[in-house]
Amino acid sequence: MLVAFSLAGCSGLPVLDGGGAAGDRIAGHWRLHLWIALVVLIGVVVFLLDAMRRRATGAAGVLRPDAASERRLTVGVSVAVGLTAVALLVLLVASVATGRSLGILGAETPAVTIEITGRQWWWDVTYWDPVPAHQMRTANEIHIPVGQTVLVKLASPDVIHSFWVPALNGKQDLIPSRKNTIAIKADRAGTFAGQCAEYCGLQHAHMRLLIVAEPPEAFQAWLQAQRQPATPPASALAQRGHDVFVGGSCVLCHAIVGTEAAARTGPDLTHLASRAMLAAGTLPNTPGHLAGWIVDPQSVKPGTRMPANSLGADDLQALLAYLGGLR
Amino acid sequence: MSVPARALEIAHEPVDRESLARIWGQPPGLVGWLTSANHKSVSIRYMITAFGFFALGGVLAAIMRLQLAWPDMHVVGPDLYNQIFTMHGSTMMFLFAVPIMEAVGTYIVPLMIGTRNVAFPRMNNFGYWIFLIGGLMVWVAFVLNIGPDAGWFAYVPLAGPGYSPGKRVDIWAQLITFTEIAALVAAVEIIVTTFKLRCPGMALHRMPLFVWAMLVTAFMVIFAMPAIMVASTMLAMDRLVDTHFFNPAEGGDPLLWQHLFWFFGHPEVYIIFIPATGFVSTIVSTFARRPIFGYTAMVLSLVATGFLGFGLWVHHMFATGLPQLGASFFTAASMMIAIPSGIQVFCWLATLRSGRLVMRAPLLYCCGFIAIFVAGGLTGVMQASVPFDRQVHDTYFVVAHFHYVLIGGAVFPLLGAILYWLPKFSGRMPSERLGRWSFAVLFVGFNLTFFPMHLLGLGGMPRRVYTYLPETGWATGNLLASIGAAILAIGFVIFLVNVVRTLTRGAPAGDNPWGASTLEWATTSPPPPYNFAYIPTVDDHDALWSATDRPVVTGLRDDVREILVSDAIDATPDHRQHLDGGSIWPFLTAVGAGIGIITAIFTPWGVTIGAILCAITLTGWFWPRGEPSGEARTSA
Amino acid sequence: MRALVAAATCLVLLAACEREQRRFAEVAPSAGRPDMVRLSPLTPGGAAPAASPRGPYGENAWAVSEGKRLFQAYNCNGCHANGGGGMGPPLMDAKWLYGSEPENVYATIVEGRPNGMPAFGGKIPDQQLWELVAYVRSMSGLLRADVRPSRDDHMQVMESEQARRPQPPTSATPPGAEPRR
Repeated sequence: MLVAFSLAGCSGLPVLDGGGAAGDRIAGHWRLHLWIALVVLIGVVVFLLDAMRRRATGAAGVLRPDAASERRLTVGVSVAVGLTAVALLVLLVASVATGRSLGILGAETPAVTIEITGRQWWWDVTYWDPVPAHQMRTANEIHIPVGQTVLVKLASPDVIHSFWVPALNGKQDLIPSRKNTIAIKADRAGTFAGQCAEYCGLQHAHMRLLIVAEPPEAFQAWLQAQRQPATPPASALAQRGHDVFVGGSCVLCHAIVGTEAAARTGPDLTHLASRAMLAAGTLPNTPGHLAGWIVDPQSVKPGTRMPANSLGADDLQALLAYLGGLR
Repeated sequence: MSVPARALEIAHEPVDRESLARIWGQPPGLVGWLTSANHKSVSIRYMITAFGFFALGGVLAAIMRLQLAWPDMHVVGPDLYNQIFTMHGSTMMFLFAVPIMEAVGTYIVPLMIGTRNVAFPRMNNFGYWIFLIGGLMVWVAFVLNIGPDAGWFAYVPLAGPGYSPGKRVDIWAQLITFTEIAALVAAVEIIVTTFKLRCPGMALHRMPLFVWAMLVTAFMVIFAMPAIMVASTMLAMDRLVDTHFFNPAEGGDPLLWQHLFWFFGHPEVYIIFIPATGFVSTIVSTFARRPIFGYTAMVLSLVATGFLGFGLWVHHMFATGLPQLGASFFTAASMMIAIPSGIQVFCWLATLRSGRLVMRAPLLYCCGFIAIFVAGGLTGVMQASVPFDRQVHDTYFVVAHFHYVLIGGAVFPLLGAILYWLPKFSGRMPSERLGRWSFAVLFVGFNLTFFPMHLLGLGGMPRRVYTYLPETGWATGNLLASIGAAILAIGFVIFLVNVVRTLTRGAPAGDNPWGASTLEWATTSPPPPYNFAYIPTVDDHDALWSATDRPVVTGLRDDVREILVSDAIDATPDHRQHLDGGSIWPFLTAVGAGIGIITAIFTPWGVTIGAILCAITLTGWFWPRGEPSGEARTSA
Repeated sequence: MRALVAAATCLVLLAACEREQRRFAEVAPSAGRPDMVRLSPLTPGGAAPAASPRGPYGENAWAVSEGKRLFQAYNCNGCHANGGGGMGPPLMDAKWLYGSEPENVYATIVEGRPNGMPAFGGKIPDQQLWELVAYVRSMSGLLRADVRPSRDDHMQVMESEQARRPQPPTSATPPGAEPRR
């Protein structure tokens, strides 16, 4: 058990193996906790086992402790309590210091500001820009530039959610009527998984998100691409898919910039094909999974707001062709 | 007017034990059940009911472990899973942990302080029926698919009117009403009993540590429970009559719920844990064959825990976006509470180390408790730190932590206490071998179940998820935990077999099989309905070890229910008091209140109906009937 | 007497079960669908089963609350303004221009009505349509109180559906269904 704990101290768990300075500091702070805890636990268990070993020696009957041995015990217990207090004081100072250093990290001028709205059960993401036309809306996949601070503004229109990307920082709740923010910064490129961490109803388990940290140039290129309206249908099949989309039920909830579809109830699909995952990090974004998701979402995420859509085979193929072209 | 103790201590006058047994006992059969005013039979019923709910909650846990054993399992869907984990938490907290502690308390405390009954025996019975009705209501609802599904903490707005249609959350809110009434009743019972009914000589500084623990717990109940009753009533009103306590658009606040809930929720943990420390102190002292080391420090630690327990609630809310200074205050308070707990642990260790250990199963449970509880306490200190808590809050790390402190910190001592007091309850000795086996299996199963959860939490697995994806890498840890859960279940079955075997064919126990020091062992096993033929007197907190041939109190009548009321501080005898006997009215009042509370789920008129029914039944309850025989209350 | 009590208990329990069901994926019953126009009284085989008097979701609190969510998501509020009416007629009163039965409401949503009610047929999946039907009927209290939605987390402009006094429909049959003279 102890061995497993110490192993945990150096393995690849996202909370401990951070992708950014904030995560690293928290992990470092925890290791201090861990070492102190291990010393205390081992000390107590060894003492306990030793006490249990020395059983029933001497006469039976009730022991009347003599004053000298009680004094020794008093000294022992007092020392132990004193050490406990000192250890707690050290941890308290370390905790406040870590909190302050995280606060300083979070107070850096952000290079990018993202507004995230948690909804049952997906993440509505808007990249903020002083020029309204440059604001960009996407869902469930967030790209950030490596080495730059990203300010995330959190809001919820329905229930309480919690934004958590363990490799980058602690969690922050999204509470209706409250404005919370959290700063994240990745120090290396990579894809980091995140997840809603506050119980939010039926599909709390499948409310995931991806953070893709990439070099600043790649990030800017991505942002530029995402700001563009959707790619027009390239083939007749895709054109028919477009017609199925705007003529069918999809258009009631989803938006595709550059078409008539402008509803904001569901995720924005303007660049759906550029994302790695579907359904808030539940399915890989492949045509097969997408087809299954469109036709029978309730078997993948029972209770999801996405209704089952009974489409004919050719309509479905056309729709897939169209959505697959939304790069 | 008080009378010096000596005046009542006359040489043993013969008392009529048959008459005592008749007036303090309960009538046979169903009537006795419904009307009982005997604290022991009510407590035994309470314990069996609470363990029944514990078993049901355990079955739910097993279903959850089955569902989570492997990614993408389909044992249950999200709708049922959410009901299951909500029911598991609510059952364990409200229908098992608090009631079982209070049930053991109402059984043992009167015996330990040397009196004949609890202070308000009818109210005691009323509390049991309210508890039973509440528990049955929520479980029947669960079977009918109206089980609450918003978590045992029922955060708004998810639990509010907009996102939890139907009556599921209302059932939960009223469950709170039921169980909190029961808890408050038991708390009042324990406080008045300990303060006013102690036998002569048992001044506050001679009270056994278990009595101290129950006293502190009862005070915590009285201060903590109103917060949750207010909160759950506000929630029910938001849902039923469209009030706006938690609606931010109309000036309400969803965070208000969290503050109220955790102002109760955190002390709740100590309400469960402090009685367990009482068990441990009692058992450790008995089997170390010496008085507990550091009695005064232990008492002060209990009281300090009771106070500090109310200053920590915000550490459940570190992720909600609080100002850093405020959060630091709660970090400091959360770490500070480790000091009184540490003092207790060190005192137990000192007692064990300096005593003459007799290694029996109850002591094994306590040793296991110390190891597990220290581990759980240390992860608790980790979470007091805001930065780290914001990583592991609402993850399986927290699940691991609170099962370490609740199963390790409360259930292990409880099982030890049940084995320890089983001879007193039943008059028969439990099997030592089965006791050791159940401990070993439970210890292994427990650690295998809950240790991997620490790693799952650090690996990013949040709580309250009904399944997870294969690519998360959580499969191994979950499979281990599920295997551990199966072993844990086997351990509980062995324990149950031991209890059943004890009751059916255990060896006769005798009055004091463990050679223990507290007064409950000074009477027969099981105790007679009147507990003691003569009220004992004491001159030490380890009464039976300090002196033989203590004088006893005589002069209490043996033909009416009479108890000795004493001073709250010094326990000098004050007067004799007539105590009410059995009555059907407490049961009828519980039924009336139950009808009102359940009707209030569907219509506000339930409050009116309940008030009318309670008014009628309480009138019956308190209708003056004159004194049962001749002499009225004799105040000396 | 005992049988009566037992039967009543069963009914209450069954009602409770239906109220609390969460059915995520199902094909709403086709029986009684109003888009099925019959021009002949003759049918092969037996007659189609009668439609449930309250619609498939008339006793299901979850579905009604989903209907309420969809009512906003699909911008029904734009014309009907939380049921109080605006560009479109109010839905929380006793007056039903095209009938108050679930089938009538369903037909109104699917087929559209003159003077502005769009036809949502083919746009809204069937299950959601019936959820909307149930919610629309709850607005004037045609459903049981324990099934109707309670207040939501917004500014309260009117009392919640659950708190409303039921408004029995004054004209229950659609105009077209009246016997011809």
